[in-house]
Amino acid sequence: MTTELFIQYLMAGITYGSIYAIVAIGFNIIYNTTGIINFAQGEFVMFGGMIAISLLQFMPLPLAIASSVAITMLIGALIEICFIRWLKSPSVLRMIIITIGISILSREVAVHIWGESIRSLPYFVGNEISSVAILGARVSPQVFWVVAASAVMVVCLGIFFKATSVGREMRACASNRKAATLCGINAQNMVTLSFVLSAGIGALAGCVMSPITYSQYDMGTGLAIKGFTVAILGGLGSSGGAVAAGLLLGILEAFSVSVVPLAFQDAISIAILLTILFVRPQGLFGSKEAAGLSEF
Amino acid sequence: MKKLLSVLPLLTVVIGIHLLTSATDTMYYLTQMTMSAYYALLIIGLCVLMGYAGQISLGHAGFFAIGGYLSAALTTHSLIPYQDTAIVSFLDSAGILLAGHDLYGEALLVVSPWIACLVAVCTAAIIAVIIGIPVLKLKGHYLAMATLGFGIIIYRVALALEYFGEADGISEVPAFVLFTGLSVSGNLGDRVQNYYIAWGLLLIGMVLLLNLIDSRVGRALRGIHGSDEAANAMGVNTSRFKLQTFVLSAVFAAVAGVFLTHYNGGIGPSEAGVMKSVRYVAIVAVGGMAHLWGALLMGIILNFLSLRGVFGSYDDAVFGLILIVIMLFAPNGILSLNIRHRLKQYFRRGKEDREGGA
Repeated sequence: MTTELFIQYLMAGITYGSIYAIVAIGFNIIYNTTGIINFAQGEFVMFGGMIAISLLQFMPLPLAIASSVAITMLIGALIEICFIRWLKSPSVLRMIIITIGISILSREVAVHIWGESIRSLPYFVGNEISSVAILGARVSPQVFWVVAASAVMVVCLGIFFKATSVGREMRACASNRKAATLCGINAQNMVTLSFVLSAGIGALAGCVMSPITYSQYDMGTGLAIKGFTVAILGGLGSSGGAVAAGLLLGILEAFSVSVVPLAFQDAISIAILLTILFVRPQGLFGSKEAAGLSEF
Repeated sequence: MKKLLSVLPLLTVVIGIHLLTSATDTMYYLTQMTMSAYYALLIIGLCVLMGYAGQISLGHAGFFAIGGYLSAALTTHSLIPYQDTAIVSFLDSAGILLAGHDLYGEALLVVSPWIACLVAVCTAAIIAVIIGIPVLKLKGHYLAMATLGFGIIIYRVALALEYFGEADGISEVPAFVLFTGLSVSGNLGDRVQNYYIAWGLLLIGMVLLLNLIDSRVGRALRGIHGSDEAANAMGVNTSRFKLQTFVLSAVFAAVAGVFLTHYNGGIGPSEAGVMKSVRYVAIVAVGGMAHLWGALLMGIILNFLSLRGVFGSYDDAVFGLILIVIMLFAPNGILSLNIRHRLKQYFRRGKEDREGGA
């Protein structure tokens, strides 16, 4: 393998990997506050991309993206208020089935609004053929947007959870909901907020990735599986782990293309997921005790 | 024996539907009733796994597809090009292969349907054991995602391999001759006998499962559902019972897949899709997790309506909505809603309010 080809694969891996990491962090935020895995996480990404594409007809790109993120956040809040909020200590099985139902319903709403066609946002800078040379490899400038947006999101979330009082309240709810409630924190609002946050970062990821990977109504399930793989791989609930695991999975997947047919690419990441679940369900970076404790 | 009696009313209903459709000249309904019966066979198997053993599976369409695809591929792909290899000639001399002619009069050499069915179901069972041993150690989200992942792998394999027809699936699957004069096929002339084959199979499956849940195994399974640890402490070999139920439900799914594929004369990758698995879970949930009769009833009704195209392009949306609504308002299934009791309570409260007001 030549250096150029190596860099090419590596960059593709990092691009996809950072998207997986964002989806995984979306899973983690909701998991931390509620103990629920939101199977509809991939649909937030889909909504983000699709809404921005529709809004682009009426407004410039940055405004379209911002509005799309805001609308998706609203959808996230509505989902939580309509379906999750008023359930009193539901069983895990029940929550799994409800979030799967939400995911199907979102997908069906999307297919009736936007149809089955594949759409995409325009490239933020340049177009399909513009590229930047790195050590001989040609990389689309959009790749830097994806990586930069992901990095900014991770850093901002880190600051939000560590430094702001709302972030600290959310973490308090995550570590002990009852104690947090006793301290005067409105735990229910924190859960709504966690849905809003993870819908927002999902939507933003959906926008920046749209020019490269395109948006389609049924893209959510695949992303959700990959995101969940990454979340487990990095240790459920840990955002640093999610970033490392996301990049790892993205790069593995990118290089696997040179070994196995493209049709099996998805099967590879799922095989990794199954292997991890069987061998080390606490993840590569988590210890068994850490899996029980949830700190963002 | 009592279990046999308990399905007698169902048998009368089955015969009644046949008589009714033939009297009202709506025999075409029998086609969808046949297909619904096969889907219901899968669903009652899944019901025991989910409701009694308490293990969710989002990959049962995968087992259905393993059964259907293997049986279809073995009975459809001609082995003529490999006729001279040692394995094929050995199989031929063992009487496993069936010679014939295709539509264009060319010689065909395929595996006989009985053997293909056996191979398909055994493969599904073996895969269920291999997957089940590690998967059933998982709980909650992990179990759901692992079975979902398994389903997607089967879907991808069906979509990627030329042997399974890629996106087109396998068509022109021959009839499955059970005995002379009794065959599973989509021929219009065989419609009535196929209706009875499907329902006969479903009744046998139902009797088997009713007996199972009323036996030692069934009590152990309910113990596992209640509390894994407690059942373990009482000396129940929880992992063995879970695995057995998983394999049993996989076998039910595979048998349904084999028969329905021969009945339809083909199978496509959508049968292996995630949406199918979710739909099966939805139907079990609607019927009531630990409620075999509810699962059977809902399996027939919902599949029949869906196959008749009642939901139109909102088919998947309807099932998604059903899932959410049932899980929000009646997590124990639609039959658990004691509507008469609720109404009575409501009216009584209304009366008290009025009396209190006066």
